[in-house]
Amino acid sequence: MNKWQASFTRCWAMIVKEMWAVLRDPRARLILVVPPILQLVLFASAATLEVTNVDIGILDHDNGPAAREFIQQLAGARNIHALVPLASEDDLAHAIDRRRVLCAIVLGPQFSRDAAAHRTATALAICDGRRSNSAQIMGGYLAQIATNTGAALRGLPPDAPGNGGTITRHMFNPNLDFLHFVLPALVATVASISALSVSGQSVARERELGSFDQLMVAPLRLPEILIGKMTPPLLVGLFNATLYLVVITQLFGVPLTGSVFAYYFATLFYLTANIGIGITLSSVAQTQQQAFLGVFLVTVPMSLLSGFSAPVDNMPHWLQIVALADPQMYMVDVMEGLFLKAMPFAAVLANVWPLMAISAVTLTVATLLFRSRME
Amino acid sequence: MSTPISPRRLRAMIVKESLQILRDPSTILIAFVLPIVLLLIFGYALNLDTGRTRIGLAQQDGGEAAASLALAYRNSRWFTVVESGAVPALKDDLVAGTLRGIIVIPQDFSRQAIAGKGTIEAITDGSVPNNAAFVATYAEGVRREWALDRAAERGHQPPPPIDLELRNWFNPGSISRHFLVPGAIAIVMTIIGSLLTALVVAREWERGTMEAIMATPLLMGELIATKVLPYYVLGLGAMTVCTVVSLVLFQVPFQGSALALFAIASCYLFCALGQGLMISALARNQFVASQIALLTAFLPSLLLSGFIYEISSAPLWVQMVTRIVPARYLIPSLQTVFLAGDDWGLFLPNMAVMLLFGAGFFAITVRATKRRVA
Amino acid sequence: MTASAVPCKPPAAEAAGLVKRFGDITALDGVSITVRAGEMTGLVGPDGAGKTTLIRILAGLIDPDAGTTQVLGNPAARLDRRRLGYMPQRFGLYEDLSVIENLTLYADLRDLPPSDRPETFGHLLDFTDLARFQSRLAGQLSGGMKQKLGLACALVSKPDLLLLDEPGVGVDPVSRHELWDMVRTLSGEGVGILWSTAYLDEAERCDTVYLLSEGHLLHAGPPDALTAPLAGRVVEVATPPGQRRQRLATLRASGRVMDAVVHGDRLRLLLKSPPTPDDEALGITAAAPVVPRFEDGFVAALGGSDLGDSQLAAAYRTIPASDAPAIEARGLTKRYGAFVAAQDISFSVPRGQIFGLLGPNGAGKSTTFKMLCGLITPSAGTGAVAGHDLRHARADARQSLGYMAQKFSLYGDLSVAQNLSFFAGIYGLAGAAAHSAMDQVAELFHLTPYLRMNAGMLPLGYRQRLSLACAVMHQPPVLFLDEPTSGVDPLVRREFWNHITGLVEKGVTVLVTTHFMDEAEYCDRISLIYRARQIATGTPAELREKAGGVATMDEAFAALIRNAESDANTDRSEAA
Repeated sequence: MNKWQASFTRCWAMIVKEMWAVLRDPRARLILVVPPILQLVLFASAATLEVTNVDIGILDHDNGPAAREFIQQLAGARNIHALVPLASEDDLAHAIDRRRVLCAIVLGPQFSRDAAAHRTATALAICDGRRSNSAQIMGGYLAQIATNTGAALRGLPPDAPGNGGTITRHMFNPNLDFLHFVLPALVATVASISALSVSGQSVARERELGSFDQLMVAPLRLPEILIGKMTPPLLVGLFNATLYLVVITQLFGVPLTGSVFAYYFATLFYLTANIGIGITLSSVAQTQQQAFLGVFLVTVPMSLLSGFSAPVDNMPHWLQIVALADPQMYMVDVMEGLFLKAMPFAAVLANVWPLMAISAVTLTVATLLFRSRME
Repeated sequence: MSTPISPRRLRAMIVKESLQILRDPSTILIAFVLPIVLLLIFGYALNLDTGRTRIGLAQQDGGEAAASLALAYRNSRWFTVVESGAVPALKDDLVAGTLRGIIVIPQDFSRQAIAGKGTIEAITDGSVPNNAAFVATYAEGVRREWALDRAAERGHQPPPPIDLELRNWFNPGSISRHFLVPGAIAIVMTIIGSLLTALVVAREWERGTMEAIMATPLLMGELIATKVLPYYVLGLGAMTVCTVVSLVLFQVPFQGSALALFAIASCYLFCALGQGLMISALARNQFVASQIALLTAFLPSLLLSGFIYEISSAPLWVQMVTRIVPARYLIPSLQTVFLAGDDWGLFLPNMAVMLLFGAGFFAITVRATKRRVA
Repeated sequence: MTASAVPCKPPAAEAAGLVKRFGDITALDGVSITVRAGEMTGLVGPDGAGKTTLIRILAGLIDPDAGTTQVLGNPAARLDRRRLGYMPQRFGLYEDLSVIENLTLYADLRDLPPSDRPETFGHLLDFTDLARFQSRLAGQLSGGMKQKLGLACALVSKPDLLLLDEPGVGVDPVSRHELWDMVRTLSGEGVGILWSTAYLDEAERCDTVYLLSEGHLLHAGPPDALTAPLAGRVVEVATPPGQRRQRLATLRASGRVMDAVVHGDRLRLLLKSPPTPDDEALGITAAAPVVPRFEDGFVAALGGSDLGDSQLAAAYRTIPASDAPAIEARGLTKRYGAFVAAQDISFSVPRGQIFGLLGPNGAGKSTTFKMLCGLITPSAGTGAVAGHDLRHARADARQSLGYMAQKFSLYGDLSVAQNLSFFAGIYGLAGAAAHSAMDQVAELFHLTPYLRMNAGMLPLGYRQRLSLACAVMHQPPVLFLDEPTSGVDPLVRREFWNHITGLVEKGVTVLVTTHFMDEAEYCDRISLIYRARQIATGTPAELREKAGGVATMDEAFAALIRNAESDANTDRSEAA
């Protein structure tokens, strides 16, 4: 048997063993599949930055026709669930304090009179700043409704161009469906979590169970061990990426407009970057618990810096530089591009080469740390 | 068995647990480093206040009005015009993600504008809906302001029929950091309460320490109690660190009293610890316990607590699910104690629900923790 | 003179008709047992016989499927734990707490009054020899020292009933004797003791012994009730080491012998019936029968040992002859800060020999072992295996080594077959070669019925068999075996040593550690390590001679350590 054949035999034994270690326990198998699905369902249904179904308080000191018109318009708005009539300023304060309403509208005694006299009728919208994100979005809706009411009072059709206007065209996602944004980004999150949690346990577990010494006295070479350790997280990550591709395109009806090749090409290097991080953490950790907490400590910031939760553009400059080292940031861009924008391969490559660079760095660090652990 | 509770055993187990916490760098990392990292990220990265958005400008009209409007966009504090050129080229940048929107000023805009019309086009990157909605709203905003200014220059400005004056109570500047930071504290307490405790009990099973402990007179109730106290202290400690950092570094206002904050945090920790212990009583394996804790404690408190995503906007079944997420009852109280002040009428019902959940979790834990190895 | 005839003391624990099943496996099938206060009750049996299950039921940690228990006056499920002392087989120490912190924790949990602590702790630390390591974290102790600390924790307060599940596994002989004396003292004070053990010399000294096999009781009563029928059937035959094999073959062919073990330069034989004049031809004289030991009774009760030639050795390749030493240590030293774990260890093992490392727990045996196979970097000195320094040699050099760790270190959550297949693969065996190697060792080590079972679920003896199987599958010229027979029953130990001696004849070189002094007799040469130093090296006969001409290795071990200790004391007083 020549040298290469022997090396292949050892490497293959290592890969097969690692796959068994991941897949043999039925609970572990379940844990590789159920959480990704649950996450998909949770995010798909809960993650929306739209504000709908909220209750709005009304403190009407006016009771005039303009006020009635305004209230009617509010009642008809699709984002508002119910109008809560308020009796007094105290009542209003109470309703907001106790979060019964997100916003309350105060119509002064002059409101209808001002409107009738073609003066500007002023209404006050008080919002709950504790939920300022939703409050801000709701404020935008309310301002829109006020403008429309004004136009209606003057007998103009709503949204009249008046002195011009803006025709808006939302490319890639014409209805601004939030789900179409969330689902592709989830591929990045889930691939990362599965690759990190499998590779993060790989070395720490051997050490805790005592089999690490057994590996060290065997004639295995470092690359053979590392290839063995990298294979299961890579395969699990690819499996989850495939699962997501099928579910997103078939069940949620979001088509993959880019190429399937580009999808797997980017996923592959994204996974290697994550596996490098996982093996690094696992080599440093003394116990499985430390490895798990280490993975957690890395996963959460990586996900928050990816641009999925908030645009990277809005971050302070120093954080944007930190985010450059976050593989998830590139992956979110590629996934949005491939699902929604028919991103051409050149544009994909522009995001993949940083992933290659990150992979090279993390895998080198992992190798060095692992080697020092062999001592 | 009617052994009375022994203060000595309790103390011994608490000392043991505390030493283990202090000696494991990973618990310290999770209790004090992770909270700070999370706070920094929530404070800086999760900035939902919109900054300047990168747009492209396609000015197809050479007239005076078009030039003046283009200038209005360039000077706008909402946008950064990073490129101008033809629409197809700009669209490629939209695909590559370097632009978030394109403003098109069409060919005969200047002529139309004189007639009081003048329509422009805003093309957005719909793949990021928030950004797209922002671009659409502010593109029109800039145009409208520009149109009003021009009308005012010519002296005929029709007053707006209704003016809606927006006022944000508790957070007048609408600074998202002010409500995100209290949310981050909730996440940190969830991690320590549920995730860490789920791991440490499973660890006792895996390492075989449980068998020796179970053969001692230690009561199962005592065992559970001694797991709770050290992690309760750790949780409160991390919460305090977070509060101090958010007050000092992020200047988040603190309108309520420390007493209220500690009372609320204590109720939540009681509940989170109960959940963590329940998980580890049901799964005697660290890997499984950690995954269950992630799925049933961490993710729901991030997604289903109303901290980032508005609960009322979710589908009805999800709203039902949020009712059994303990963090849902914590977030409003925390935001109130930071931004609005003490409001016991709001706190007490929420605290009661958290205590109720906690009691339920502990009841299940005590039932499920059998003094049996197989 | 049977146990039931003298019901002198009240039972501390009693169980009748216990049945316990785990899935398809019946661990206990109608077992009854009585543990009397003030008596030592021994529990012995082959691995997987159900000993641990029985003890856990008495400790109230497992509910039986059928049968009744009465422990300290209550059913086991409701027993008063303040009066119970229990040491599980794997005592779970808190590895991130120090020695003294572990002790204090158990003292508190068992309500030891603070005033009694200085004396009790002093006593326990003294007997476990852990006083020097009080502030060390339990996780950094050697395997045997952990076992001792677990014992100390179980003994920290005086219970009414003490359940000990194999307390002597991995503990050196001197400490084992001290442990025995200590527990014996407790029983003298009226404590009821159940002592499960694989060391049959201990069982022999119990008041009552229960012999359990496959969930059934084979014997219950005083130990001499088991050995009495063997009187006159145990003989010793002088046999120089070079003739052992031949002599054994003759004896086997005669069909007269149930068991044969090496005892110094003699063979100790258990005959099927008392010797007759016909046996003279075999060299057996009726004139000199020796007193049967409990171990003889055990082997006889289980139907005798397998005396056949090692099939493993028969199938093994012949290692080519060579003049170069197979294993060499030159001044190996390991220091951790100020602590010296091994100091200037030097020896050389020629091809085809067994070299034994003996010594108390924590003396530095495992450290020396690990330095030689490249797992620990020596602070000074060098080691070589088959001519390679494993620290620097390429991975190929490791191909020539088979390694069996002290602690089970295979993959417990993989099946037996998967473990075998993995180890075949990483030692470069592929395809048909791998399959035939796997089939062969599975067959030889009786693992075939267990192939699909998780390795971690195997009874201890089978786990050890699997470990050895994985170490020899690629037929290496050198074997490193760290306490290969720790905790396994006498029959499995005979099987192991049969394989080892057989392999050595094929030219394999073996480095072995053990706490069974009778096993030391199988070694060609021995090095005795005490407190990080080599205090004596030589053949078993030389060591016995050096210790003052004692008869057994057991005595030699104790004497040599006493000498080393008094030398050290003299040195110290001279220095002062």
